[in-house]
Amino acid sequence: MATALLSDKVAVSATVNGEEVDFLCEPRESLLEVLRDRLGLTGAKEGCNNGNCGACCVILDGRLVNSCCVLGVEVQGSTVTTVEGLGSPDGLTPLQQAFLEEAALQCGVCTPGFLVAAQALLDRIPHPTEAEIRWWLAGNLCRCTGYDKIIRAVQKAAGAASA
Amino acid sequence: MTAETKYRVIGTRPIRPDGVDKVTGRAVYGADVKLPRMAHAKILRSPHAHARILSIDTARAEAVPGVLAVITARDLPEASGVVEAGEGGAVNMRDASHNILAHGKVLYQGHAVAAVAATSPHIAAEAVRLIDVEYEVLPPVMNVRRAMEPDAPLLHEDLHTDTAGEKSEQPSNIASRHLAEEGDVEQGFAQAAVVIEREFETATVHQGYIEPHATVAEWRADGQLTIWTSTQGAFAVREQCAEILKHPQSEIRVIPTEIGGGFGGKINVYLEPVAAVLSRKTGRPIKITMDRAEVLTGTGPTPGSYIRVKMGADREGRITAAEAFLAYEAGAYPGSAIGAGCLCVFAPYKLKNVRIDGYDVVVNKPKSAAYRAPGATVAEFATETVVDEICRKLGMDPLDFRRLNSAVEGDWKPWGPPYARIGHLECVEAAMASGHWRSPLQKTASAPDGAFRRRGRGVASGYWMNWDGTSSCTGRLNPDGTVSLLEGSTDIGGTRASVAMQFAEEFGVDYAQVRPQVVDTDTIGYTDVTGGSRTTFGTGLAAVELARRMKAEIRDKLAPLWEVEPGAITWNAGVFSADGRQATVPEAAKLLAEHGQHVIVSVTAKGSNASGAFAVHIADVEVDPETGKVDVIRYTAVQDAGRAIHPAYVEGQMQGGVAQGIGWALHEGYWYDEAGRLRNASLLDYRMPTTLDVPNIECIIVEVPNPGHPYGVRGAGEVPIVPPPAAIANAIYDAVGVRLRRLPMTPDRVLEAILASEAEA
Repeated sequence: MATALLSDKVAVSATVNGEEVDFLCEPRESLLEVLRDRLGLTGAKEGCNNGNCGACCVILDGRLVNSCCVLGVEVQGSTVTTVEGLGSPDGLTPLQQAFLEEAALQCGVCTPGFLVAAQALLDRIPHPTEAEIRWWLAGNLCRCTGYDKIIRAVQKAAGAASA
Repeated sequence: MTAETKYRVIGTRPIRPDGVDKVTGRAVYGADVKLPRMAHAKILRSPHAHARILSIDTARAEAVPGVLAVITARDLPEASGVVEAGEGGAVNMRDASHNILAHGKVLYQGHAVAAVAATSPHIAAEAVRLIDVEYEVLPPVMNVRRAMEPDAPLLHEDLHTDTAGEKSEQPSNIASRHLAEEGDVEQGFAQAAVVIEREFETATVHQGYIEPHATVAEWRADGQLTIWTSTQGAFAVREQCAEILKHPQSEIRVIPTEIGGGFGGKINVYLEPVAAVLSRKTGRPIKITMDRAEVLTGTGPTPGSYIRVKMGADREGRITAAEAFLAYEAGAYPGSAIGAGCLCVFAPYKLKNVRIDGYDVVVNKPKSAAYRAPGATVAEFATETVVDEICRKLGMDPLDFRRLNSAVEGDWKPWGPPYARIGHLECVEAAMASGHWRSPLQKTASAPDGAFRRRGRGVASGYWMNWDGTSSCTGRLNPDGTVSLLEGSTDIGGTRASVAMQFAEEFGVDYAQVRPQVVDTDTIGYTDVTGGSRTTFGTGLAAVELARRMKAEIRDKLAPLWEVEPGAITWNAGVFSADGRQATVPEAAKLLAEHGQHVIVSVTAKGSNASGAFAVHIADVEVDPETGKVDVIRYTAVQDAGRAIHPAYVEGQMQGGVAQGIGWALHEGYWYDEAGRLRNASLLDYRMPTTLDVPNIECIIVEVPNPGHPYGVRGAGEVPIVPPPAAIANAIYDAVGVRLRRLPMTPDRVLEAILASEAEA
């Protein structure tokens, strides 16, 4: 019993937010755990740990995923973008800026997931309709805002991107 | 209704000071705290709703490599006393201690029994499963009405019903009875042309904050205990931990992290004392985070309830009498929000003859906690549904009825003094004038799939009393003219901004010159919880007082430099002047600093008149008569905010409250099996609204200034959750002609009601 608790660790190499990283993790560790506990990227949050709240959203090889439902060992050779990878040291993305201006966050704990998910949407559909935004973000739960201002912020960012 | 332009800062919509950290993932929440040598703990929770603990054997868990310590209730001192936790109510500390680690009996599925600290959370989780607990399973009581029956199994053999200080002879699950009477109810009903009496039942629901509870505690060898935690009130955590651990408050420092939602659910402690004891045992900082199932089963949801409301009105529509019976499920220990429920049940109305009878009842569910306007939503759901029925009977417009019967300043309210200046009537009138109310609703529609839909419109009023409490602020004038503004109120929804704005207005500087920070219990004076919609009101009061005292101190320190009396220095629009000399705040700050003078002021202010908040909501719904599914297609929230300091954040409170109210109305509820086990303890099965479940929410902010605040602020956070269930129930009636009196109004219940009414017809 005891030895079964101490699994062997696996060496993994990936590109996270544009940087090449190497880490050791146990096979049972989720990508979310790896990001938060091994790489110090605590922007992705655990809200449910089973893919229902979207607070841990990251972009994995161009696909929006819940990082709690991906194993750390699965990202070998992959490219991962987290909320920390949006924007740059000297500027916010139009989405981040719009979230601030439109008061699209209150407690802010779902915000990283919404920003990553919305970025993945705008990467695919630069000018989504309200219905497309609502459909795309239905996997992200927010308990504070009632979504109204989040939807408006995404619309504003999409508008700003085209300007 | 329009913001007055006499203010420079108030009424504008600046970006919150903590915003950039929150959109870049840098903000540190409870689970983000990491300390050197930190170990992790997990909690063993009861699988049974009601059982006696016969034995706990921790030997197998302790033998797991990596396990550092295992604790049970035996490791906690016997706690006693009562702690006031704001709108969470008074917390009996013996109960609170037994709630965080079960003592003798487990009283709900999810009740904490033991905790394991280990070098990794995975090892702790594995070891928790190796703790052997022998239970004698007892019959559970899962419903308030059953729990009130004389032959119901008792949760606590030493619990006797408290009625205004008198204790019942026999033990009972009824912890207390609250009775309020005014006038003559019987006579009032005799005068009525219409009398409606209905029964309502509502499910247990959860606050549903997205961030699970998380804490780190470090107990150092010298007895100093530091706790990093996600909480609505750092001082409330300090006080509760001191009582539970029998450790002096002066030895405990609580550092509030960013908080990922609370809604009343992050006032009571669950993890903090457990982490503290494990830290003392292991000599290492201990982190505990809950998973979502633990949040749903092991923290404090809002009470399920049984409510009966009877109201009568004369032919003109004047209410002649009102009577309510309310029984709330406190959960495993006494202390539901029944008192607030009784206070709010008829609050929007002018009443002469009224009787309110409330019961606080223990059942085998988690100990209930505050949830946004605690106790009000279900009570007013009942009243507002009955009012709608009376309006139908009288053929009266529901807003006309509310205008006619609206409570105003000076009217009676149960407990406490009569109403101060309140804004219900103004909200009703604003709703009448709204674009939503004035646009006709097409009563039928076809869905994209060609199916037939029926539409309806409903309205409801809501009230929440708000809380004043005590807040502290410390201000430090920096040599560059900025002000470091320290606060004790955790910022859940933008209160750093709303408090800093009030300070900036009063101090005569720009918002950008004020740098608010939320700090720990050793750094700031006593501050009550961020709850009761009190922070913008109460911490705002402290900030305004701080600005006034800082101006006075600047004058005092400028006077010798300018060689005048302090009284000779005047202040106008951010400029100090005397004898032809002038200094703006930054100029004064620089001058004082050059002369070794620094201005640091601390203020502790106690509010005395938070004054209640009213709301009137309008909902349009579309009902699928084939499936019973209800969609909210248009929604308008009207609310008296007294003075909207940051209107976008007030709208945010309104929209967020409405969304939670829609969830409460249509989807959310705890589903228990016969053994008392929660069958939907995940965010897949506990259905909170998504982007597809709520429309854009139109907001109309009414401003009837609160005389108890220098800028007229009323708390805005809680009342918007109150009207939605009734507004939606009334809209469903308008659409399909059936009355739903059980929450949530899920498709199966709506369909059942439609089929029953068709069978009757």
